[in-house]
Amino acid sequence: MTETAARKATGPAWPRLGLTQETIVFFIAIAFFAVFAVTLPGFMASDNLLSLLQNVSVLGILGVAMGIVVIGRGIDLAMVATMAMSTAWTISLMNAGTDAVSAVLLGLGFAAVIGIVMGILIAYVEIPAIFATLAMSTVIYGFGRLALVDLDVIYVPEDADWLRAISGSVSGVPLPVIWFGLVALLAYAFLRFTRRGRYIYAMGDNYEAARITGIPVRPMTVLQYLLSSVIAFGAGIITASLLATVNIRVAQSTMVYDVILVVVLGGIGLSGGKGGVRNVIVGTVLIGILLNGMTIMDLSFTLQNLVKGAVLLVAIIVDSFVNPRDEQTAQQGDI
Amino acid sequence: MKGILKGALMALTLAGGAAQVAQAEQFDDGLAPQYYNALKDKKVVFLPLAMSFDLPQVWAQGMQTQADRLGYELSIRDPNWSSDVGAQALTTLISEKPDLMVVHNPDMQVYARLLARAQKAGIKVIQINLKSVATTDAYVGVNWYEVGVHQANMAIAACAPDAGGSGKIAIMQGTPTNPNNAITMSAIEDVLAEHPEIEVVSSQSADWDATKAHSVASTVIKQNPDLCGYIGLWEVMDAGVSAAIREADKVGEIKLFTNGGGQKPACDSLANGAFTGYVSYDAFGQARDLTNAIAQVMQSDLKPGEAPYALYTPIRDLTKDTMRDDSCWTMDDVAKAPF
Repeated sequence: MTETAARKATGPAWPRLGLTQETIVFFIAIAFFAVFAVTLPGFMASDNLLSLLQNVSVLGILGVAMGIVVIGRGIDLAMVATMAMSTAWTISLMNAGTDAVSAVLLGLGFAAVIGIVMGILIAYVEIPAIFATLAMSTVIYGFGRLALVDLDVIYVPEDADWLRAISGSVSGVPLPVIWFGLVALLAYAFLRFTRRGRYIYAMGDNYEAARITGIPVRPMTVLQYLLSSVIAFGAGIITASLLATVNIRVAQSTMVYDVILVVVLGGIGLSGGKGGVRNVIVGTVLIGILLNGMTIMDLSFTLQNLVKGAVLLVAIIVDSFVNPRDEQTAQQGDI
Repeated sequence: MKGILKGALMALTLAGGAAQVAQAEQFDDGLAPQYYNALKDKKVVFLPLAMSFDLPQVWAQGMQTQADRLGYELSIRDPNWSSDVGAQALTTLISEKPDLMVVHNPDMQVYARLLARAQKAGIKVIQINLKSVATTDAYVGVNWYEVGVHQANMAIAACAPDAGGSGKIAIMQGTPTNPNNAITMSAIEDVLAEHPEIEVVSSQSADWDATKAHSVASTVIKQNPDLCGYIGLWEVMDAGVSAAIREADKVGEIKLFTNGGGQKPACDSLANGAFTGYVSYDAFGQARDLTNAIAQVMQSDLKPGEAPYALYTPIRDLTKDTMRDDSCWTMDDVAKAPF
């Protein structure tokens, strides 16, 4: 076989550098970091770097939850609605005089029920995840507004010191960063070292094959959505603690797309089976660096959105050149 | 049997008595009958931005109390923040022909043509808290420019170098394209243009979202160690700014000036130092203005839109020192108040 023929067989004449999207995004993040460090005074201050991380901690925690679902070839569009409504219910119960433990348990239970219902709809009723969770997000918001809370903004009661403490800091490190680290570590251990974690990869890689092999794919699907909902509740409590308010309008915002952005940017393919917690961290840190740098530069709202979009686009374009899709890498169910 | 008959008879007498009270003639002082007849059995529809926040709840409570007193029927169409749904509701309402519509505009353009059509169709229209480019029978609400002027002046008074401040302030905007954001900002810019000693170190948007406001403010505060003041454009979003100030351990050092409808949590925040200054447009007072405007518009025999007028809300600046026990209201106060 001549050299040209060999090249034709492997697709475009781009050298395969062994770069994954994760490494590409990692390098983009390093590049931005270096540029900001040189050009923006105060960017490198340890205070600023900590606040950079803190500002994306909640996004990162939600990203880990979304990552678990996406690796198993699902998607949870109801995550932000679950987070908002379950937390809002907990806080409004506390305002109405319910003791903190019961209020938290009820909110957690509500989130868990949502996760289980979504899992059952997807695994047993066999509704595609994207539709099931999209519909559920409206149901959760509607039900929450009807039965649980009647205000958009709920203030955390003045005497809830334990709740405020959740977002405090330990020897200078903001607690939300530590929570993000902890959630990431647990998710990493789960996906890497437990049998159920490996099942999720198997299901994401080839659902039918996993099923034939004897993996309990349906209960596993329910478990995925249960996990993502429960983690979302935790992220909600951290947000409530940080801001001393809960705003349920976030349920109807575009925040869930930011979460998906973090996951996809880091290199967890929406077709499932690929990536891990490290990808989420890389994606989150890039967004954190960008947001922080653009805030220091005092860029306008519109320009910031444009930059975020452009960076995602660049990452995807570079990825499609470096890792071209062909019959071997393409999977059934690719979006 | 006798007992039942007796009971029934008594009930009948009572019912008759009640009917008589209701039918009693008004004392005619030359205006009273006209006032009461103007609203009796009329249909009033309220189209808010959404019913899930304090302002529309207060206005609706005021109108409901008035409706119970004067015998009109109040119905609420809640579009839940969607201007499309709101526009559809307006279109339907134009063919339903209520006697009066109270409309809370999401921006200055989106309902403008529909409001003009409604007036042509013979429906009276009152706009509340944000005026559309279309002028209708009455506008009740805040003048956002005035709010911006007050906020800027408070910040200047606290942060100007000759008052001992560093002269550095930051601004937290909501969504720049929203008219109340744009109008308030132009006021702030106009005032600051006359004060070159004040430097705006950051003017960012947080999309009315406290989480985003917190992220931005925490970065800005670390970047500008000598920041003196923060102007925020809405109290709910500014909870994020105040959280960032608290985290940086700079409560009192960085002064936060915000605005809102004057509900209880605002005064709590002033008392505990989370807010330094608060421009209140007193939604409770607006409810009274609104119900008065309803009575006024309905008594007039003019055609819809023939003699438009405005009731701009008197706003007031609240600080910890100027604040009094009755400076803020609760929903309970509103529910118990006469309208």
